[in-house]
Amino acid sequence: MRRVQSLLLILLAWTAGLSSTAGAAPTPEPGIPQVLRWANDAEGGAPYIFHPAEQPDQLVGFEVELAQALCDRLGCQSRFVQFNWANLIPGLRQGGNFDIIIAALERTPENLAQVAMSRPYFTFGQQLVTRASDTGIRTLGDLAGRRIGVLASTLSHRLATRQPGLEVRVYDENVNYFRDLELGRIDAVLTDSPIATINLQGRPQLRRAGPAFAPSHYAIAVPLGSDRLLFHINAALGDLIHNGTLERIYQRYQLWDAAQAGLASWKPEPHETTPAAGPATTIAPNGTRPSPSTGLTLVTETSGSFGISGAIGATSTAEPTAVGGSVAPRPKAGLGRTLRYLPILLEAAITTLWVTLASMTLAMTCGLGLALSRCYGTPALRRTAIVYIEVFRGTPLLLQLYFIYFGLAQALGWNLPAGAAAVLTLGLNYAANEAENLRAGLEAVPRGQTEAAMALGLSPALTLRRVVLPQALRISLPGITNDLIALFKDSSIVSVIGLVELTKEFLIRSLDAGDYLGLGILTAAIYLAMGHAASAAARALERRLQP
Amino acid sequence: MIEIVGLRKRFGSVTVLDGIDHHQEAGEVVALIGPSGCGKSTLLRCLNWLETPDSGSLRLGDVRIEAGTPQATDRALRQRLRRRTGMIFQQFNLFPHRTALENVMEAPLHVDRVPDAEAREQAMDLLSKVGLADRAHHRPSQLSGGQQQRVAIARALAMKPQILLCDEPTSALDPELRGEVLSVLARLADEGMTLLLVTHELNFARDIAHRVVFIDGGRVVATGPTRAVLDQPEHPRLREFLGLGRRTAIA
Repeated sequence: MRRVQSLLLILLAWTAGLSSTAGAAPTPEPGIPQVLRWANDAEGGAPYIFHPAEQPDQLVGFEVELAQALCDRLGCQSRFVQFNWANLIPGLRQGGNFDIIIAALERTPENLAQVAMSRPYFTFGQQLVTRASDTGIRTLGDLAGRRIGVLASTLSHRLATRQPGLEVRVYDENVNYFRDLELGRIDAVLTDSPIATINLQGRPQLRRAGPAFAPSHYAIAVPLGSDRLLFHINAALGDLIHNGTLERIYQRYQLWDAAQAGLASWKPEPHETTPAAGPATTIAPNGTRPSPSTGLTLVTETSGSFGISGAIGATSTAEPTAVGGSVAPRPKAGLGRTLRYLPILLEAAITTLWVTLASMTLAMTCGLGLALSRCYGTPALRRTAIVYIEVFRGTPLLLQLYFIYFGLAQALGWNLPAGAAAVLTLGLNYAANEAENLRAGLEAVPRGQTEAAMALGLSPALTLRRVVLPQALRISLPGITNDLIALFKDSSIVSVIGLVELTKEFLIRSLDAGDYLGLGILTAAIYLAMGHAASAAARALERRLQP
Repeated sequence: MIEIVGLRKRFGSVTVLDGIDHHQEAGEVVALIGPSGCGKSTLLRCLNWLETPDSGSLRLGDVRIEAGTPQATDRALRQRLRRRTGMIFQQFNLFPHRTALENVMEAPLHVDRVPDAEAREQAMDLLSKVGLADRAHHRPSQLSGGQQQRVAIARALAMKPQILLCDEPTSALDPELRGEVLSVLARLADEGMTLLLVTHELNFARDIAHRVVFIDGGRVVATGPTRAVLDQPEHPRLREFLGLGRRTAIA
């Protein structure tokens, strides 16, 4: 009987897959784009979104599968957009980058004030993790005067900040604080329960301190006012919850637990979105949440060990299935394993390369204009150039990037693509440096050179182009080369607006592979190779300009 | 062919040229002499407008500029003036990033837009004339000072100037290298080139200059045929400059 059932299921799944793939260009409902761009940060890691160590060219995770299932349901194509996690909400509000966010965004009043959010697709609690040897800690209150690690701008972050007497360390991603906890750099981690679940595997020195508390939900974010899209997403999400698709996905990642069963009967209640503080609202083990569905018992039986406060021992005995295999303890790092990431890192290096070269081209062009204005311009031009140089040299690059990417969109509606904003920012910033490098060169060319050229009848433009600039360039070249190599490294800053360049790729991959040493050396080697090529080219140019 | 009337130039509060008059025929070789800071270099540099005189007038062939008028800032007029003059600098001022040949070709190629082959041929001829055909593809840093100055002369001649302005052409050279430059200039004088020469080489001036102009304190103090000025100096300042002391003292 069970056999027949599973056969039927497979058949059903097969025909469903057939209809979704073979169906000629399914037309989505009005209000839903043909291609639905959903954003997440691949640095989020397992189980949300990650590259399995044995298949580094694949992107998996329960949010990836949820996005696919959702798009199948909506009859549109799914396209993943990489975006820095901390900037997802501003990115969505700005528009143009992507349509929705499926990235473990919490359904909190803070977030609901900025974006519209769907019904929840995942229920979780806050889990305190400490070293196994630190047996005295059970709640946040036990941590007075000690260090706690949290992910930036999350509920954990807010709760830890609200608790008096804690020294809060803020992290950009949610894996490294476990490492620091093992190393004794911090004393506890407060994190979402699924993150705790996945990261406690293979870390016997760590333990859960007390049960999970402060239940909250992940939900899909859409821009404010996109009521139609939100309606369809809610409907599709409801279907996925009720027809068991969501459960099947979560089972694969060992994430299904009693609390998830409550998703089916979720209603937007006022207290739902308000994070409660303290362990008073603890979710009891194996899900005795309000309004348990009839499926609760079955659910707890199949995956009870993954209840929000499930025992660690039970967790590690569970046999991972299918993709979930990647969630198992990481394989040992080795040269062969490391080298498998080379093509991926090289591809990211192409982004670094074009961002750097395009930025430097812009920087040299603007820098030349600035230097000429400063050396030969009218008093007004001269002053403008000086102000420009002071402003761009005297303010942080990151600030300038945010100003150009988010600020210009906000003030003028200039919705620049990430690549353009990156090149513009780096180019305008480095223009100030190159202007000063070139000015040093221009001022170092002897006056006699200009006089000789003018005496021969060369026009000022010809004098500049044929006589002064080539000599100035040779003098400026070492400084410019220095900046070019610095730019290769500085270009990594553009990852905050969603470009995956070499450093970002390294961060994503080292997290997935659990290998900072091998991948770090590989990444460093690629940077060195690019920097070396740049300095070799500069030396060749210098030789050509040599008197 | 050259006529300067009442040329004045001040640098801040210092009057460098205090009403200079000068007249020079085509083919005439004139040496400008005088103590350091007397204004002779400034006078030379006013002739191709590297320095802008404050007042006075300048005529060179068919180009005439009245200093201190709006016309004096006319770029095209200034270009025409420079087109008719060549200048040799004390420090040579060759373009260091170009070979000797490229230095000579530069102006014909880019100012007069002479075809490349023609400019190259002419430049090689000029380098042969100054005895440096075999150094055509050397950069200035690979040439001696005397060779560099000869390339500079070839470069100035490439624009076929009506007058060559030489600003102490041998002052930066070791004595043993001066000869080669002076002999090139002497040959140019023989060929009928109009030369206006600021120099401290009185013997050289005696050899090639038709006339000497002695400037002191921004004024022309004495002028006349070379031998008359140098061998029978009348003016006390000139006698002092030549190291002869006062005439009365001799008598």
